Amino acid sequence: MKSDIRSRTAGTTGAAAVIALATIPVLLLVVWSFSRGWFWPALLPAEWSLRAWRYVADPGAEVAPSLLASFGLASAVTIASLLIALPAARALAWHDFRGKRAVFFGLLLPVLAPPLASAMGVHALFLEAGIADTWVGVMLVHLIPAAPYTTMVLTGSFSRFDPEYEAQARTLGAGPFAIWRRVTLPAIAPGLAVAAVFAFLISWSQYLLTLLVGGSGVRTLPLILVSFQRSGDEAVTAALSLVFIAPAIVVFILAARFMKNSLIHEDTRRDHEE
Amino acid sequence: MKHDVRLKAALLLAPLAAVIGGLFAGGLVIAAAQSLGYYSPIGEHGFTLRHYFSLLGDAEFLAGLRQTLWVTVTATAVSAVCGTALALALRRTATGAIRTLLQVPLALPHLAMAVVLINLIAPSGLFARILFHLGLIAAPAEFPALINDRFSIGIIVTYVLKEVPFIAIMAMTLLARIGDEYDDLARTLGASGLQKLRHVTLPLISPAVISSSVIVFSFIFGAFEVPYILGRPYPAMLSVIAQRRYLDLDLTQRPEAIAVAMVIAAITTLLAWLNLRLTSRLTGIERISLF
Repeated sequence: MKSDIRSRTAGTTGAAAVIALATIPVLLLVVWSFSRGWFWPALLPAEWSLRAWRYVADPGAEVAPSLLASFGLASAVTIASLLIALPAARALAWHDFRGKRAVFFGLLLPVLAPPLASAMGVHALFLEAGIADTWVGVMLVHLIPAAPYTTMVLTGSFSRFDPEYEAQARTLGAGPFAIWRRVTLPAIAPGLAVAAVFAFLISWSQYLLTLLVGGSGVRTLPLILVSFQRSGDEAVTAALSLVFIAPAIVVFILAARFMKNSLIHEDTRRDHEE
Repeated sequence: MKHDVRLKAALLLAPLAAVIGGLFAGGLVIAAAQSLGYYSPIGEHGFTLRHYFSLLGDAEFLAGLRQTLWVTVTATAVSAVCGTALALALRRTATGAIRTLLQVPLALPHLAMAVVLINLIAPSGLFARILFHLGLIAAPAEFPALINDRFSIGIIVTYVLKEVPFIAIMAMTLLARIGDEYDDLARTLGASGLQKLRHVTLPLISPAVISSSVIVFSFIFGAFEVPYILGRPYPAMLSVIAQRRYLDLDLTQRPEAIAVAMVIAAITTLLAWLNLRLTSRLTGIERISLF
């Protein structure tokens, strides 16, 4: 009886902590982004202003181009990662071969921690090839964490899907395209969506790899965000932070609405690729 | 027939192999070579370990290593304890909504969390203002330094806020799979709440907590943005030292920058291997941590 009450108290405290952690950071960023002249020791801004948001939306300022660039870059990384991961995941899920564990280890390495040393070597390589400081170079270096991660997620999907279904469709006379569209794609669609989202977010939130390989030639959103943070403009920094977290929030809302349990568990690994 | 299958698998894996083998491993090999005396822009053409040996006598590197270990160990330990506690607290009462909300902080990039923390715990941040209005401090200078500070409190707090949900979710996933039977059994046998926790629940969820803590540890050890924004220039964390030296206009700094990055890579690799060993032995949760 007593332990029931205790566990309910603990549950309430835990739930309160979760609600605070999920809402307070975003709310604070919203307040800061509309603030103006918010000096010590005021608890709320003395004045509200749209200045930061106007600046973010101004096509002549440096934010809008970097936003578009980040979006295009992340989309390209997503498409390339899926094209690389789809065949690889089939092989990893359905075929047994020597060295399979080594492949998994190779997948894990660039995902676990930012591959700093590797990016430095890639930078030297790209300097030789003439693609350092270019969008192509940055896209390729973003593939280092994105493609292995996408492969891991899709391998999970393919290993839950029995290849016999494809064989049966073939027996029934379906062509390769029809099999893909009517059999395979519907079966792996949830995993495919999760993989695409993570590939996008990995590229979207990448800072160090972009800085090392892109040099001064590539200005993505996180780079602009950090330079505003360093310049001390809190309102614009907050507005940029909100734009920066927007894709994750949108995905989160969609995921909460359309996908349930199983997918949410796959989400949990995502955090570590940022 | 068998050859056919193998050839097919090899073809399917070829694009991925180009990324992992070509870019990731290739980049690592080039970086290793450049740190071992093959960096032609400054006229180095022969094998040498001097860039590594010089790190051993390099005060900035050694201070950075200490700082990195302090931040990583502390943040991981606090996250593991709080994450486990959160998982246990939410175990019976949490609704689907709370479980879903737990994903939000997980989805926020570390960079955004660091920006929020600055505005909260800086000397003129929101916490200091609240203390002022409570009459506890009179000026920003009286607020304890929590960012760019000696003990890297700001960095540690940012990581804890980000990693607690991660560890909690991993533990909750395992808890849900185990179910309540062991718990009920222990209760039937007369175990007290504390005994149940110590001898039943904690041992059962420890695989998830240990495995996710290893992931957290190796991530924090090599991560860059949070210490870059919230840390002091000296002693900086290793990733910041590596980046700063690498981008220095003086190219002779570069081999040493790469040597620092190689040290980070070596430790991270060791941890990845450890994690794989752990998860492969613990059958039930292998899937969660790999996929």
